[in-house]
Amino acid sequence: MATETPGGEEAATGLPQLDFSTFPNQIFWLVVTLVAIYFILQRVALPRIAGVLAERAGTITNDIATAEELKLKAQEAEAAYDKALADARAEAQRIAAEARAEIQGELDDALAKADAQIAAKAAESEAKIADIRAGALDAIRAVSNDAAAEIAGAMGAEASADEIAAAVAERMKG
Amino acid sequence: MADEAKGGALEFHPMDQFIVEPLFGGDTIHWYTPTNVTLWMFLTVLAITAMLVLGTRGRAIVPSRAQSVAELAYGFVYKMVEDVAGKDAVKFFPYIFTLFLFIIFANFLGLIPMAFTTTSHIAVTAVMALAVFLTVTVVGFVKNGASFLSLFWVSSAPAAIRPVLAVIEVISYFVRPVSHSVRLAGAMMAGHAVVKVFAGFAAIAAIAPLSIVAVVAIYGLEVLVSAIQAYVFTILTCVYLKDALHPHH
Amino acid sequence: MEGDIANMGQFIGAGLAAIGSGAAAIGVGHVAGNFLAGALRNPSAAPGQTATLFIGIAFAEALGIFAFLVALLLMFAV
Repeated sequence: MATETPGGEEAATGLPQLDFSTFPNQIFWLVVTLVAIYFILQRVALPRIAGVLAERAGTITNDIATAEELKLKAQEAEAAYDKALADARAEAQRIAAEARAEIQGELDDALAKADAQIAAKAAESEAKIADIRAGALDAIRAVSNDAAAEIAGAMGAEASADEIAAAVAERMKG
Repeated sequence: MADEAKGGALEFHPMDQFIVEPLFGGDTIHWYTPTNVTLWMFLTVLAITAMLVLGTRGRAIVPSRAQSVAELAYGFVYKMVEDVAGKDAVKFFPYIFTLFLFIIFANFLGLIPMAFTTTSHIAVTAVMALAVFLTVTVVGFVKNGASFLSLFWVSSAPAAIRPVLAVIEVISYFVRPVSHSVRLAGAMMAGHAVVKVFAGFAAIAAIAPLSIVAVVAIYGLEVLVSAIQAYVFTILTCVYLKDALHPHH
Repeated sequence: MEGDIANMGQFIGAGLAAIGSGAAAIGVGHVAGNFLAGALRNPSAAPGQTATLFIGIAFAEALGIFAFLVALLLMFAV
């Protein structure tokens, strides 16, 4: 450090950093600067930033709590909705079952009535058919008797009406 | 001396940018003379005020850009102090934050072309490092009393080599402010001098493009170094503070 | 003539001191490389160790800056 030059004008030959004549100046202004920064931070910036951060943390916590509450409410509402839906569904099923039962009853009635009518008609028809059949048998029997009597007469055989009728009845069975 | 050797067409004055000059003429620099140091330190204060006071003016819950930068810096240093130095070091946070902001803003302002880098001067960094060193030592003795000396007595080492280690620990303890200050000043000075040297090569037309590319590259590196040196200075302060508060390893 | 030899000594010394910067570069590379190797093995533990990384880099780099300082002192201040 032999060639170290005092004063700034010839400092190019030495390292300006080792020019001790400027040290008091730099140190003085550095201390002023640091103190100024410290007071700006201490008085204004740090409380403000800390306040903002705390406020934000508070807001976030509050918001999360509110959200939690709202979520619970939403869950409650959902449960109520589900319950209402289930109730409505049960009601609808009940109504449907009632209607079905009613319709079934009416249907059964109508079917029974129709069955009765059909049965009545069928019995009537059966009776008529029996009548007609009986009528037809009698007529055939009479015609057969007559025809047998005629045939027997024509053949010269003697036969009473009762014999003929018995014979005819015998044949008709077979 | 160096200039005589280089001389000629190439004019290298890589160290001229560090000369302290009076702001308003005159030759002598008294301790109160407003110099370019004053100007750039004032600009540093102005920049810090702009970011931390004007930026947070809104006090918004949802921060604006400037405010979120201020909050980021606050949170970054706060977390560093808390993580590295411990919870009881939080009351030193304003001091550490002051140092961090001053260094990082001085570094970045020094990167402006034609600017004066206040942190490249050993006088500036030595004052800060010595302040940290003295604070840490005083806090260590006030908090722990004589048991602060156990910092130098490595109880986990074999008994035979403990005295040797103690000597080494004491030396390394007292070298701390030197390395602490020289690291910052040296990194700043070296980077700016290298930029200047490469810029000096631009006088030769043939290699001017190369030199400009090199200046850009070194400048990018310097931006990185500026931030890292501020970070390192701060984190080492936290480490030293941790040693003072909890000297038992 | 005497001065020339003294100058030469200064410059040679400064150049030799500058080797220290390269050595510091090796050291910083070692720190960062080992950090990366460890971080890739256990990425979840890496973020907690970045502070240690930077402290390690700072210590390694400080010695390089000392070498640089010696070079500067030889060049300008002796």
